[in-house]
Amino acid sequence: MKEILELTIEDLKRAYLRGDLDPVELTELFLKWIKRIDRKIGAFLTLDEEGAIEQAKAAKRRLENDEPGLLVGVPLAIKDNICTRGLLTTCASKILYNFVPPYDATVVEKLKAQGAIILGKTNMDEFAMGSSTENSAFKITRNPWDLERVPGGSSGGSAAALASRECVVALGSDTGGSIRQPASFCGVVGLKPTYGRVSRFGLVAFASSLDQIGPMAKNVKDCALLLEVIAGHDPRDSTSLPIPFEEFTKCLEEDPSGLRVGIPKEYFIPGLDEEIRKSLQEAFEVLEDLGLELKEISLPHTEYAVATYYIICTSEASSNLARYDGVRYGLREEREDLLEMYLETRSKGFGPEVKRRIMLGTFSLSAGYYDAYYKKASQVRTLIKRDFEEAFRVCDLIITPTSPTPAFKIGEKIDDPLQMYLSDIFTIPANLAGLPALSLPCGFTRDGLPIGMQLIGRPCDEGTLLKVGYAFQKLTDFHLRRPPLLDEELKGL
Amino acid sequence: MKITIEQVEYVAKLARLKLTQEEKELFTQQLNKVLEYMEKLNELDTSGIEPTFHVVPHKNAFRDDKVTNPNQREELLKNAPKTKEGFFRVPRVI
Repeated sequence: MKEILELTIEDLKRAYLRGDLDPVELTELFLKWIKRIDRKIGAFLTLDEEGAIEQAKAAKRRLENDEPGLLVGVPLAIKDNICTRGLLTTCASKILYNFVPPYDATVVEKLKAQGAIILGKTNMDEFAMGSSTENSAFKITRNPWDLERVPGGSSGGSAAALASRECVVALGSDTGGSIRQPASFCGVVGLKPTYGRVSRFGLVAFASSLDQIGPMAKNVKDCALLLEVIAGHDPRDSTSLPIPFEEFTKCLEEDPSGLRVGIPKEYFIPGLDEEIRKSLQEAFEVLEDLGLELKEISLPHTEYAVATYYIICTSEASSNLARYDGVRYGLREEREDLLEMYLETRSKGFGPEVKRRIMLGTFSLSAGYYDAYYKKASQVRTLIKRDFEEAFRVCDLIITPTSPTPAFKIGEKIDDPLQMYLSDIFTIPANLAGLPALSLPCGFTRDGLPIGMQLIGRPCDEGTLLKVGYAFQKLTDFHLRRPPLLDEELKGL
Repeated sequence: MKITIEQVEYVAKLARLKLTQEEKELFTQQLNKVLEYMEKLNELDTSGIEPTFHVVPHKNAFRDDKVTNPNQREELLKNAPKTKEGFFRVPRVI
């Protein structure tokens, strides 16, 4: 079983085509493992055993008929803010506790079309608002590397599921770092695509000008393949970019030597954890061995990114979340009066962080404050975007730590919203500027916690990030290590 | 003080949220802390800078006005807390 849980998409396909493995058997095995390990991790909100077996049978038929598809028989997990037809989609919120989407998100349609198996839906911070998955209305998710610590967030369930080998790949969403930060905390790979690269149709909206769905995986190659499947123009998302299909897996083997890497000095500040700093230094040496040219650059407006982001994302959220009124779906608190019904429904349905953000956003957009907050932040966003445009004149990609600290303890930051917001400091700028950014493991702390490195690219240049990440993983083995907990649990099986 | 408890009450009303006294006090304190941090943006002179509301320059994305979805009325109503005769039902408003 141990070996099977480590299989990559490519390994799986090879095993299927040779007839060494059967999608139904494999799915049963993953379900068995999830039932064992997830009691400790809590990555899944909904496990769809029946649906998964059905999809596995369909995958088997596809193999028999010699029309496999790119993801045939690949068991995967989906963040619970991505709509799955007929399968509960709650956003980890009480206000959507019973919502069963009547349609599939475009990305889910694409996964199904390629023969994937959806095991279930993963935990997250309510409406993707948070950096630790502690804001879920339903359960706590634990970091497989240390059960006392958070998996990061908001895609903490997907990251923890991957780290504990409960799935082969997973989908997350990233508004200010929600794919990359949990990927770094859990020692897995996560990519936030260029804004508009992946359709948002069927993604429950948080902050529409920042949200992107993206792939999460154990290694860069699987990540590239998953991106290849989910990317592409979609007429149902008006912000979707009309760019041609790209075979991201094809560019992986290209030689990255000669690429210029910018190291922004503003990211190597005193608050940065020393072990992370050291681990990045070592990673830079690997990159130099690969023939990349490193140079210091400056992104002068970095220190304004967190303030800018939390004005913009809360403003957009306050508007997007106005739709939850107890009329068409989700929770309703029955009252005689319509206004009372709205008030009670929203007050019972939303958790504290969601309320806080709706309040902050409503305030930023309200008469008399709009210019000082929302407009001001949108102007600073222009400056942050320009910083990157300037930087990309002299470098081809930018490398930074993904997070200033490794995974923190459960409960450590939950009572101090500002401290929690500041933990997104390195991931937020890529969302504000709409750029693609990849996080991959680049080391471990003395206590055995994963450290992540972030690669930020030019708009639509995911290819360069994946190529460099892939070359890095050929020379390092951080992505091959697994939480010690897994071996203990496997012994008990 | 950036925001008073009265303002918090007003904003909650705009946002259709009913807050308990405890929540009001907590939010006043927390929002003040956050808004104070946001003051940082005033260090920057942004006069004459175009705001960025969207990173990709968008024009309207038009498509043909054709019906592509089948009628899903029944399926859509399944998620509604209350329905009557094919409609969403709400408390009496007039």
